[in-house]
Amino acid sequence: MTFSETAVMRFVKAARPGGSSIIEFKHVSKSYGSKRVLDDVSLSVMRGEVLVILGGSGTGKSVSLRQMNGLEQPDAGEVWVDGVEVSSLPEEELVQVRKKIGMLFQSGALFDSMTVFENIAFALREHTSWSEEKISARVGEVLGFVNLGRDVERLLPSSLSGGMKKRVSLARTVALKPDILLYDEPTTGLDPVTSMTINRLIVDLNERLATTSVVVTHDIVSALFVADRLAFLQDARFAFIGTPEEAQTSDVADLRAFLAAGVSPELTASKGGPP
Amino acid sequence: MAQFDSTTQYVAVLKEPLWKLARVRRWILNVSFHLGGVAMMSAQLAREARKRWETSEILRQMDALGVQSISITSLTALFTGMVLALQTSYALAQFGGKLFVGRVVVLSICRELGPTLTALMVAARVGSGITAELGTMSVTEQVDALRALGASPIRKLVLPRVVAVTLMLPILTLLADFLGMVGGLFIAVVEVKVGATFYLSTIQQSVHLNDVLHGLFKTPFFGFEIAMIGCYNGLNASGGADGVGRATTIAVVVASIAVLMSDFFLTKLFLVLPLGLQ
Repeated sequence: MTFSETAVMRFVKAARPGGSSIIEFKHVSKSYGSKRVLDDVSLSVMRGEVLVILGGSGTGKSVSLRQMNGLEQPDAGEVWVDGVEVSSLPEEELVQVRKKIGMLFQSGALFDSMTVFENIAFALREHTSWSEEKISARVGEVLGFVNLGRDVERLLPSSLSGGMKKRVSLARTVALKPDILLYDEPTTGLDPVTSMTINRLIVDLNERLATTSVVVTHDIVSALFVADRLAFLQDARFAFIGTPEEAQTSDVADLRAFLAAGVSPELTASKGGPP
Repeated sequence: MAQFDSTTQYVAVLKEPLWKLARVRRWILNVSFHLGGVAMMSAQLAREARKRWETSEILRQMDALGVQSISITSLTALFTGMVLALQTSYALAQFGGKLFVGRVVVLSICRELGPTLTALMVAARVGSGITAELGTMSVTEQVDALRALGASPIRKLVLPRVVAVTLMLPILTLLADFLGMVGGLFIAVVEVKVGATFYLSTIQQSVHLNDVLHGLFKTPFFGFEIAMIGCYNGLNASGGADGVGRATTIAVVVASIAVLMSDFFLTKLFLVLPLGLQ
């Protein structure tokens, strides 16, 4: 990624309408046994932006993400999504909210007993009364979004590579035209080239579908590529929330160290690579 | 779904010495959690059952869980009938009642052994299969993906399996009753030297429809228990392959015990209630 590329993308995104928050955390706390992973956390995700939640392993990044679509409930506090308090909704009523939120899981989480077509068509068959022709056309369209041809439709997930699984999963996520996209470690376990493909897809889909995206990652290259804003989770609280440029000069030493370690030129040089 | 990890709790129990009172207390607590979890899931199932049923998935599960269990339950019934004929003829010979081997074998099979042994074999094959499948789906985030896509795991995963096992177990039992009788007939003719016609006529005289129905009426309850316990343990599995393995073991043990315990209470209930099944 070059600086000019990032700057152009940011300029394009800044020109979009927005300003109101679509997801809001109000004094959210969550513990597992004696371990407190979120402690009185507040956060606003603005409509149309790509917010990246950064943090080390086990700091509660994924827990934050899973509370946005009600997969987990906070112990205290409120989570609001598009004017609805999801933290107090029963499972049955969360369905309406979840139809507006797509989530890409770390492992892809494709249903392994179903073909690629059936995986992508799942939400369409569940929530629409579309004909099979219309569903088939939509499946082809979303496969196109993630740069896959219709030849993969009949394959089972077990015969796909890691990168293809992520892309099929992304196609399944956007099939129902969600307003919000949640990404849980989208580039983990992928090679750098495939990771960059996924990064470009995240930015591209956010633009093309006019969605709001929240990305949880500890991949700094990915975070800097896709983020409009960064939120750094440390010791169960957001120690920093701001733009990537502000993050570089933040007074949070751990965040600066995190960013430096992720794109460290010294590390590359010490391994004999180009400085 | 219950919000606790039964697998971890069971493992914690196993690490403590048997004589500790705390272990007994914890064991009772865990059994209560398990029963409570299954009961809560049953309530959710009752709510979901009012919505649209996935007929094609139910038929697929009836094939996978029921039809494909025919060989294992049939073999069990056949050999149970054969060994029962051997043992009873030996015992009856001491009283000169060897000729009535058919009556004893078929009554035992129809009223008790057919339903119970079939349920136990289904608990072992189907209960473990359901837990392993749903457990793997849980630990690979497929169940979460289902929820995130706005679908209910209870309706999509639990309901078809519970309906399939509940419907298929009576059919498997009926087949087992017949094969148990055939196994007994084979030994009666070959070993005990009782004529086939005599064997069948003693059955006709002494075994009534009520005897078959008495055994058969218990089996939907067994099927429901097996599928619910399998689904509950599968959906609550955590901790990767190790967790799925532990959940599968627990599901088979709990389902088998549930079948044997409920067998007693259902038998007593059917004998007391005026259903004509005495």
